[in-house]
Amino acid sequence: MAAIEILDLEKSYLAGFWRQRPKLALRPLRLTVEEGEVFGFLGPNGAGKTTTLKLLMGLVFPTAGTARILGKELDDPAVKSQIGFLPEQPYFYDHLTARELLNYYGRLSGVPAKGRSARVEQMLERVGLSGSASVQLRKFSKGMLQRVGLAQAILHDPKLVFLDEPMSGLDPMGRREVRDLIQQLRSEGKTVFFSTHILSDAEALCDRVAVIHQGELRGVGAVADLTSGTQGKIEIIFYATKVPAGLTALGAVARISGDMVNAVLPEEQQDAALELLRRERLKLISLALVRKSLEEYYIQKLQPAQIEKDEAPKESRQGVGV
Amino acid sequence: MNSRVGYIAFNTFREAVRDRVLYNLIAFALLLSGAAILVGEISIDIERLVVVNLGLTAVSLFGVVIAIFIGIGLVSKEIEKRTLYTVLSRPVRRWEFVIGKFFGLTGTLVVNTLCMALGVFLALLYVAHKFEKMDVWVLAALYFIVLQFLIVCALALFFSSFSTPLMSAVFTFALFVIGSLAEDLRGFARITRGLGGALATGIAYLVPNFSALNVIGQVAHGDPVPGRLILYNTVYALLYSAMAISGAVLIFQRRNLK
Repeated sequence: MAAIEILDLEKSYLAGFWRQRPKLALRPLRLTVEEGEVFGFLGPNGAGKTTTLKLLMGLVFPTAGTARILGKELDDPAVKSQIGFLPEQPYFYDHLTARELLNYYGRLSGVPAKGRSARVEQMLERVGLSGSASVQLRKFSKGMLQRVGLAQAILHDPKLVFLDEPMSGLDPMGRREVRDLIQQLRSEGKTVFFSTHILSDAEALCDRVAVIHQGELRGVGAVADLTSGTQGKIEIIFYATKVPAGLTALGAVARISGDMVNAVLPEEQQDAALELLRRERLKLISLALVRKSLEEYYIQKLQPAQIEKDEAPKESRQGVGV
Repeated sequence: MNSRVGYIAFNTFREAVRDRVLYNLIAFALLLSGAAILVGEISIDIERLVVVNLGLTAVSLFGVVIAIFIGIGLVSKEIEKRTLYTVLSRPVRRWEFVIGKFFGLTGTLVVNTLCMALGVFLALLYVAHKFEKMDVWVLAALYFIVLQFLIVCALALFFSSFSTPLMSAVFTFALFVIGSLAEDLRGFARITRGLGGALATGIAYLVPNFSALNVIGQVAHGDPVPGRLILYNTVYALLYSAMAISGAVLIFQRRNLK
């Protein structure tokens, strides 16, 4: 069963003083996320990521289209007890302590009274806030609020977790902890749908990604497929203080870094380049194929010329070719 | 009561109690009770009249200010600060949220009124040295003040479900002032003919009749409050509040939380 089925979900707002001018926030979006997947929803700021998440959470209503979560319609109350949500830059009731807040959300989510306190303590421990559990949230830093946000999103053991920019505002250590948490959720069999514009996080965590820009889905694909291809180039690194004359003739783009040279050249020139290094008695450090990165795919999808209009309806688990 | 409504109401109450502005208002109300005692001291033979009048008016005004001040932010503040997102992404229906907020605020006001009422009775005891039988009607006046708060809270919530906090405050306070003159408005409607009369009648019956809920002058003079009036006012306040809350729920159900 699909965890999320988005069926031509569309959202437009009425803008202007007299609210007569419709402004399209999300063009008809068709997307499927399978159970157990970690799915990255990529796009620059204002692309429509948060609007999509708000539509799925029932915080805004679609202009057209529908969506199903865990096989149920969005307005089915049973859905909400099986999902967790972390909004972008979360803000919580700052008169409460972290422990009180999680207890409150636990009650609202229907976590049984028996074992609720233990679950709250477990979550506080998991996000590293046990020591600050009795401090009012108004004294929390942005990073600590993000941790509380993560704890409240997984408190009721949901099957599906939505995270809107979960790494936003976190220091490198905090980002790593969030990455670890998402990995743990994956190993527990949870489905994670998270929006981000930090591509390295998406590349490290996601099974599949979708790129959205200006409210329009630009592409969907499996990260493994998108990054497995090569560009027909190799990168060689060797010890030298200047670029050998013959290397440039092979079509290499080289740069010197200290006592090393890093050169990228066509794959078919590999043997000739190695022969040149042997001839010049230069010591090779490494030779590797230049792989395609998620960043290249992302940049490509943001270009207006690269919009594949018929891509969204054909979207499949295998993804879209680069 | 639905358990989720109860949890939201308790959280609203807890937030208000931990809010220092609320404490300041209570302190100010107590200060005013002190002033009532002072006036009672310098008034000859009418100490009770002055204390009841001044004390109950202070209870009413401070309660209304608190009701408007907190009521207008009940929904809008949650949207603005996005605290609502993590609540509504749980198995909480929008109507449960609105009703819970309403009960939380009215609960806060009841507790607040009890504190201020205690101050009024202590002031009464101070100036009269003993309680009299007619003082029981002060309780009826306090009950009517709580009914006023119910309506003001419901109106503040209604306006805040679609308007900005500032405009909600203006609308609610304007309705409170007009509603306090409802009897005069009804009298004016009775003697006006034509379109103006129809308009005045419509407005007079549409605005909440706060003047019927104000028996402060009556109980200050020791006059009893008829049981029938207590029943009518209770039914009226509950129906009016229910209508305003229903309006708030209907609007909030369709609102996009940007």
